[in-house]
Amino acid sequence: MNSAPAKSPTPKPLALIAELTHRCPLHCVYCSNPLELTRREDELSTEVWSRIFREAAAAGVLQIDFTGGEPLARPDLSELVRSARAAGLYVNLITSGLPLDEARLDSLITAGLDHIQLSFQGAREETANEISGSKTHAQKLRVLDWLKSRRVALTLNFVIHRRNIDQLPGMMALGESSSATRIEFANVQYYGWAFQNRENLLPSREQLDRSLEFLKRSEERLRGKIHVEFVVPDYYAKYPKACMGGWARKFLLVTPEGDALPCHAAKILPGLRFENLKDRSLGEIWENSEAFRKFRGEEWLPEPCQSCDRRDRDFGGCRCQAFLLTGEATATDPVCSLAPERSRVDAIVKAANAPASPSLVQPEWIYRPNPA
Amino acid sequence: MSTPDLHSRPRLAVGCRLNEKNQSFRMLLMPEKALRLSGPSLEIVERCDGTRTVQEIVADLQKIYSKAEPEKVKADILSYLARLRDDRAIDFDAEKADRSASPT
Repeated sequence: MNSAPAKSPTPKPLALIAELTHRCPLHCVYCSNPLELTRREDELSTEVWSRIFREAAAAGVLQIDFTGGEPLARPDLSELVRSARAAGLYVNLITSGLPLDEARLDSLITAGLDHIQLSFQGAREETANEISGSKTHAQKLRVLDWLKSRRVALTLNFVIHRRNIDQLPGMMALGESSSATRIEFANVQYYGWAFQNRENLLPSREQLDRSLEFLKRSEERLRGKIHVEFVVPDYYAKYPKACMGGWARKFLLVTPEGDALPCHAAKILPGLRFENLKDRSLGEIWENSEAFRKFRGEEWLPEPCQSCDRRDRDFGGCRCQAFLLTGEATATDPVCSLAPERSRVDAIVKAANAPASPSLVQPEWIYRPNPA
Repeated sequence: MSTPDLHSRPRLAVGCRLNEKNQSFRMLLMPEKALRLSGPSLEIVERCDGTRTVQEIVADLQKIYSKAEPEKVKADILSYLARLRDDRAIDFDAEKADRSASPT
């Protein structure tokens, strides 16, 4: 046994986030994909993905999230669903609903798809299309209709921000008219493209309070029928989120070209070397790769986290957020009210609550492009 | 949180299923969540198949756990089923009829 100070065994990964492709028919201004997108010719083959699913299940993974980009851009998606189910995984598809028709939907369900998470950019066509930089809202409504007569679990996901947070009642009504048993209202988290567009996306304190009140009432009303989930913008929080449930503690993300990461944004962190699943098995990377070990556990924590009672709840917050806002990946997440650098977040929040500047009335969006 | 009707028949909701028996733990897999099951929780969930009433599940478990106070077993089962329903892991026949009848 190890005689070094109390070292807990490596936790098992619970979920695998498989970014099958970065191609997408939408161009959402808050996309969580990296600024540098993977090209189609570099995407992993069906066979390599299938091996990764088996290795994931062997390492303890229970659930796989197929995401992207848009996973439906992969013509082999039904085959991937089938091999993930065969590996013993619970299969979730995170999708915009394009490109999809009823025959393809049936083929995915027959292949063993357990759950669909369908994303919406709003309740109104005009604003939804503006945010996604595409005319896609009407198709999503068609998909909702198809799902009513099919046996697959459905979550509706609304991404919430300054420009649509006042439309929550319309979104809730849309969710209630569907076959969804879960509705998520997820405020934008500021990484990737969202960080670029932040000043046009962060809601005001008043907007946030109003939305929380509405959601609390809805949650009560829908209890036992629809589970309502809400993710707050953490710039308004007192303590940071346990990002990804802690670095390399629960989730493993695989990029379209096979790089294994602890989270969507990790590649922005300087000095970390990420290994590729074409070269090494998932179990080995999870357990031993330098990038996964770097911020796992509590040993690396700075003060005030190191002596904080909350350190085993939030693990110092998010490494990517710390880096984006302070330039230091090892800093306490500055959204924490105890963080030495909290003033940076306060300044951003203050600007979001100032009387609207002309740029906020008519935003100039930076749209996410498509990879080559 | 309302108490489940003793005559309704609970069954796993769409998108909720038990993992394979050959795994090291029995888990209830569901959207964005997994519950580890053992002992009474597994006995209950295995019986949520749409054929047994809540009353029948209670009677089964009272037999299996015959050393426990029967009323306590019943109360525990009812509160566990209500929790599973609020997690949207199970549906009851009666409730499903309610929902499809409500205006959409």
